Amino acid sequence: MYLSFTSEELRFRDEVRAFIASHLSPELRRASSLNVSFFSDPDIVAPWQQALHERGWVAPGWPQEHGGPGWSAAQRWIFESECARAGAPQLSPMGIKMVGPVLMRFGTTEQKNFYLPRILSGEDRWCQGYSEPGSGSDLASLKTRAVRRGERYIVNGTKIWTTHAHFANRMFALVRSSDEPRQQDGISFLLIDMKSPGITIRPIMMISGDYDVNQVFFDDVEVPVANLVGEEGRGWTYGKYLLEFERGGGVNSPKLKHALEKVRLLANSDLSCRAISHPEIASKLSEIELDLQTLEFAELKVLSALQRGENPGPVSSVLKLRASEIHQAITRVGVEIVGQNALVEETRRPLHALENEPLIPEDVLSVVPRHLNGRANTIFGGSSEIQRDIIARQVLGL
Amino acid sequence: MDLGPTEAQQMLRHSIERFVAEHYDSAARRHAMRAPEGFKRDNWRRFADLGWLGLPFAEDIGGFGGGPPEVAILMEELGRGLATEPYLSTVLLGGALIAQCGSEEQQGILLPAIMNGELLLSFAHHEKDARAGLSAVRTMVRSEDQGWTLHGRKIAVLDATSADVHLVSARLPDQQGRGLALFLVPKDAAGVRLREAPRLGGGRVAELIFEEVRLPANARLGTRADVLPAIEAVIDRAIAALGAEAAGLMRAMFDATLAYTKVRNQFGRPLAANQVIRHRLADMYIQCEEAQAMAARAALLIGNEANATERSLLASGVKVKIGRAARYVAEQAVQLHGAMGVTDELDLGFYFKRLLVFEALFGSVDFHLKRHAALFGNSPPGMRSNDVPVIHF
Repeated sequence: MYLSFTSEELRFRDEVRAFIASHLSPELRRASSLNVSFFSDPDIVAPWQQALHERGWVAPGWPQEHGGPGWSAAQRWIFESECARAGAPQLSPMGIKMVGPVLMRFGTTEQKNFYLPRILSGEDRWCQGYSEPGSGSDLASLKTRAVRRGERYIVNGTKIWTTHAHFANRMFALVRSSDEPRQQDGISFLLIDMKSPGITIRPIMMISGDYDVNQVFFDDVEVPVANLVGEEGRGWTYGKYLLEFERGGGVNSPKLKHALEKVRLLANSDLSCRAISHPEIASKLSEIELDLQTLEFAELKVLSALQRGENPGPVSSVLKLRASEIHQAITRVGVEIVGQNALVEETRRPLHALENEPLIPEDVLSVVPRHLNGRANTIFGGSSEIQRDIIARQVLGL
Repeated sequence: MDLGPTEAQQMLRHSIERFVAEHYDSAARRHAMRAPEGFKRDNWRRFADLGWLGLPFAEDIGGFGGGPPEVAILMEELGRGLATEPYLSTVLLGGALIAQCGSEEQQGILLPAIMNGELLLSFAHHEKDARAGLSAVRTMVRSEDQGWTLHGRKIAVLDATSADVHLVSARLPDQQGRGLALFLVPKDAAGVRLREAPRLGGGRVAELIFEEVRLPANARLGTRADVLPAIEAVIDRAIAALGAEAAGLMRAMFDATLAYTKVRNQFGRPLAANQVIRHRLADMYIQCEEAQAMAARAALLIGNEANATERSLLASGVKVKIGRAARYVAEQAVQLHGAMGVTDELDLGFYFKRLLVFEALFGSVDFHLKRHAALFGNSPPGMRSNDVPVIHF
């Protein structure tokens, strides 16, 4: 057991740092730092994705045959850490980390050849059609229906919490293609063109004032049968495979470390009248730092297992649960650090392009929206209650 | 001993409940919040007509003669309705300071104007370096040509947008930087600059900049050598009132969550059928009950405290106990509503934000725990007298 990187890996780290230094402009870094949503707006992401694409670094986890860099687990870790440390915009995970891996594993050759390059280039922007108004935690109870007519499915129903549906040109969706005794059966995984007639999008505003999610309605939407992934009725299996990526497929500690560093600097600055001088604030930051060190080490253990070709096991629920709680602890101490400046509510967006000067400095201004949005961390991608259930059933065998 | 409400208190509660039911549905509230002043003047006039603006003032000057228990009832019910009227700024802070420090003449002019709804106030005290410390005032005033010149900058001023007059704390030069005085500054006085923004969960918040503002001699509120003890007393009582408001906010969030978890079905049964959810709801209920008890206790005792120490212990107790309970209930209410809880489609988010405001106003939970500890933990056995030094913020 050792924790240090090899000299080759250190050379790689320097290469990543040099790349970031020359491609991540201060404007982009600022815009990204003031982005208070989970996902960055496309205008922030596009230039960064373009730069990464030219270098072949858009999808660190993809194998070379599909246009990935073919990195080792350690290299991926280094890359994610350096990007997070520099405050680089986060690329949308919906193509790269969600539908991409599903297509690689279950898609046809035509599907892979068509969709995968478009994910890397940013030409396609994906959204996820999973949750429905009546099907949140109980996702398998979904009701959006796909009826096959000849070479088309006719889709009717509605999806909700669809992040960036208003930016996306494609959706991957779980739909019910037949009624079976077990509700997990009869679900299919479809790729839907968002420009298809019959699709309407209703915006849903968040309590922070951010607009990220939508409800999407399908009214006799025609989807070619060629857009079915894998076998009809086996969509639940593919969807679960994807959820594992959503929960534990990525590493969270690098960006959490960056977030903690930001509030720590805020606590040390005049913007908070040096809140760090209050011992209770300092202790809270230390507690979070210790939680975060622990999470980081747990994530490294998973990477190490993967690198040795082992299956890390059902640890992803533990990591998701802890990461979401640590995230909330960071945003909460942020609110305490800014004191009475938390009274200011700024609902204009984006924060990096406000028309006139806000009442309080922008680094302070972003703290409360981040806290409000952070409440969703323990809800989406399987709520903390669901994650504990999974741990009890799958890990403890209860 | 009778801890039940009096008949008059019950009537007061019912009249506020009726008012909230009539005037604070979700649409009306959202409309009012978008108004430039953050609330509707019509409602303020109704507050005056109903006598609420005179609630804490003595009957001989035209007030209702109520005390902290009546104020607590009003605040709790207005909290449930998410009211955004500047009651705290105008009545509980501004009005109370005038009643406590103002000259007879000032009281005679200003208090009736407050009670009939004609005069709106803001209390401009906190400054950039302050965090929770009430004594950290650097705004200066100097005596000049039979008047005053005021210079300084205030932050986190509630409701300054709608205020006709700002009550501004400033240091007098002849006290070696120790004496604080309050000044009545008309909103349109030359050299007053207002920068303002929406306040979290409704209302407005501002920064006020005073650049060599000339004021007449009678702009000073009263003649006390130092108003800091009065400011502390008024803020302590305001904290008790805000505790009652927070208890009302929590109860509304809890009621909504209980109702939702009974009707929201997942895995073929209501959310509330799951033990983990039932226990969570039980814990939320306990926190709501405790918050209400703490608020009621403070309301009952804070008007009759023997000394400043007792009063400060009560106020800090409210901030700590209700602050923690509020955080738990607010966060769990959102969590149990699932994704709906983080959207603007429900009113839940407004309650969440208002409870954050309760936490952020007049010192954090940690600050008040330290203040309580300094007063309580260090006192000798049975100590409950004026001998205990007042701990300045």
